[in-house]
Amino acid sequence: MTESLADLIACPKCDALHRIPKVEIGGQARCVRCGTVLVAPRQGAMTQIVMLALTALILMVGAVFFPFLELHTHGLEHKSSVFDAVLSFSQGLMLPLSFAVAALIVVLPVTRLMALVYVFAPMALGWAPARNARAVFLLAEKIRPWAMAEIFIIGVAVALVKVAGLAQVTLGPAFWAFVGLVIVTVLKDSFMCRVTVWQTLNARSPS
Amino acid sequence: MANAERTQPVLTARDAGLVGCAECGRVHPRGTQTCSFCGLALQSRDTASLQKVWAWLFAGMVVYIPANVYPMLRTSTFGNTQESTIVGGVIELMEHGSYGVALIVFVASVVIPISKFISIAYLAVRVQRGLPGTTTHFHLYEVVEFIGRWSMIDVFVVAILSALVQLDFVASINPGIAAVSFALSVAFTMISANSFDPRLIWDSHEGKPA
Repeated sequence: MTESLADLIACPKCDALHRIPKVEIGGQARCVRCGTVLVAPRQGAMTQIVMLALTALILMVGAVFFPFLELHTHGLEHKSSVFDAVLSFSQGLMLPLSFAVAALIVVLPVTRLMALVYVFAPMALGWAPARNARAVFLLAEKIRPWAMAEIFIIGVAVALVKVAGLAQVTLGPAFWAFVGLVIVTVLKDSFMCRVTVWQTLNARSPS
Repeated sequence: MANAERTQPVLTARDAGLVGCAECGRVHPRGTQTCSFCGLALQSRDTASLQKVWAWLFAGMVVYIPANVYPMLRTSTFGNTQESTIVGGVIELMEHGSYGVALIVFVASVVIPISKFISIAYLAVRVQRGLPGTTTHFHLYEVVEFIGRWSMIDVFVVAILSALVQLDFVASINPGIAAVSFALSVAFTMISANSFDPRLIWDSHEGKPA
């Protein structure tokens, strides 16, 4: 009974029952009813995820601490970092929003990246998964919708247009670090197929 | 070909007397409490899902009202202070001739939130009435779930502007209280969409209440 159940998979989005298909590396299998990707093995996916997550972490350090944007007008200038953007809500009633913005653009993306490195690094090296790897990956999955670094970048673009008439704005090094971060994050997520990850995670865990 | 497949009856894990995990897809015998694969609590259908969806949806709609009434930004240039609301900011951008950006802000802060309210309510009502769900309804759910977070753009714009434009008397921009309620509205609707168990959309199709 248990053996036959291991060959089955229920689509997480619509509950349609499938026999786990054999998929060639680079191919993908989708749910017959709703089209959700069920299996998508990639060559060296684990290593690529770890590398991209580490790259993203390094870029994040630069993005937070270097000046992000510089403003020049009427002989005055003002530099601001991502950190300043977070602190802009720090007066009075809006303080909680400061924490929320910090969480959305820095804390949660960093937590998610570290969680992914923790889960995938041992596996990329061919070791058994780290302790609590499943719980940590579950956490990374829960955080996903709340990590909003890429949305922040579009926000910067909109802000630049708004300021353009008022003053001259120069992009600082942190801006480019953040752009790199977004590209790397999108690439990394395209390598990840959660059902495949769970399958691999369990195949390699000592039960 | 895809259409031909869709018309065939689909056997779900529940029909087969099994429980599928909503995270990893692992199949378990009915009555299993937690998934042995990923550790998520197992439920064939999240029966409390709709209650959570409605509660968070209403919370999101309520805080969306002050978000539009109160000012989002306070701009002071040479001693003149101007307050602008969300829609006011869009009109200002259009007056400057930046139609593209005006459109982005308008879509992100007005069109998306309101379409989300309507779409989530529509899907929830359908599930409650047990109406047959199709691929179209599922795609609507996927779009709502995917797009919700992008509404946060306006909050970030306010944060960046307030951090950047701090030149004392010449020009300074400060956030208004609407930024808080707008951020809350986006967060609440995101939780509402995340609480929706998409498997319920298909169930009505089979005409069996949970």
